[in-house]
Amino acid sequence: HPLSITVVRSFTAKSRARAAPPPAGSVLFEDTSSTAPAMNSQGYYTPGYDMQGASSDMQGGPGAGNMFADPMANAAMMYGSSLANQGKDIVNKEISRFMSVNKLKYFFAVDTRYVLKKLLIIMFPYTHQDWEVRYHRDTPLPPRQDVNAPDLYIPTMAFITYILLAGMALGIQKRFSPEVLGLCASTALVWIIIEVLVLLLSLYLLTVHSDLSTFDLMAYSGYKYVGIIFTVLCGLLFGSDGYFVALAWSSCALMFFIVRSLKMKILTSISSDTMGMASSAKPQLRLYITVATAVFQPIIIYWLTSHLVR
Amino acid sequence: MAFTLYSLIQAAILCVNAVAVLHEERFLSKIGWASDQSVGGFGDEPGVKVQMMNLIRSVRTVMRVPLIAVNSVCIVLLLLFG
Repeated sequence: HPLSITVVRSFTAKSRARAAPPPAGSVLFEDTSSTAPAMNSQGYYTPGYDMQGASSDMQGGPGAGNMFADPMANAAMMYGSSLANQGKDIVNKEISRFMSVNKLKYFFAVDTRYVLKKLLIIMFPYTHQDWEVRYHRDTPLPPRQDVNAPDLYIPTMAFITYILLAGMALGIQKRFSPEVLGLCASTALVWIIIEVLVLLLSLYLLTVHSDLSTFDLMAYSGYKYVGIIFTVLCGLLFGSDGYFVALAWSSCALMFFIVRSLKMKILTSISSDTMGMASSAKPQLRLYITVATAVFQPIIIYWLTSHLVR
Repeated sequence: MAFTLYSLIQAAILCVNAVAVLHEERFLSKIGWASDQSVGGFGDEPGVKVQMMNLIRSVRTVMRVPLIAVNSVCIVLLLLFG
């Protein structure tokens, strides 16, 4: 039982500390070390055995293995490390209440080969044959092993690169100021949030039981930033004509990519008991969702980039 | 159309307020959108209208109390900072 072990440890540590001849300031030190961490850690963290663990860390320290000559610094370091551990535990607990960190880690498990292949597919999806997401015993494979799996690394990097490019483009037109950068970033973020919310709402209303989680939708709506970067670069390098050509190219590529990717997930998802009564309204509505998502991409690309390239 | 995060929050608050204000008896029954009229399908085929009614009812149930707090905070902030 951990409680009894910590009680025994604190008892032996206390006896050893009292047996050593006390130097001048150590009486004060002993008082604060035994009472202060107990009170403070009670305020921070409610499980009783953890408080015992922290206070035993406190008292086991000076008894066995001093690292510094000054016992005060030693005590402070012990206290600080135990406090940091407690803080880390609390933060992990709170964050894992809102989103599961494991699911998020799945989306960032990428490597260089995957990133290069995925960028090629986003810009030129017409030659890619197999769009099926591979599974391994009911769990989808991580992006390292499956090119078709959605990831969040590319969208995040593309978003940040887009903000930097927007700042640069505005600087070229001599319209730059630091507030504009923040405004651009928050506008793009708001559009992502709106798109993900609308997609979630429409998937819920039409009872599409697909396995698209929120992170998947964020990934798929973040892939358009690769097209946006390409468009803005071409617009900056080649002027207005280059901008429209690149806009057309990346719009077509993105529409194809989104339709092929989401077709697998939305249109063929199984609704569990409509075996006999295959209502013809459902597949049509799902097709509408997919096509509407695809058509939304060029609109938003144009909206977010036209003011950057004049 | 430059959005800040605050305008998104404001839009969200306004939309949720609009959904929360819909009264069950006076309005939704009149147009046949009350939640007690929808106990039809026990299968897996609710349909769009039933899903929408469920959504409205659940938003009204869940967000009633938090909306009071959020609206009060918003009113105070708008009064102070314009």
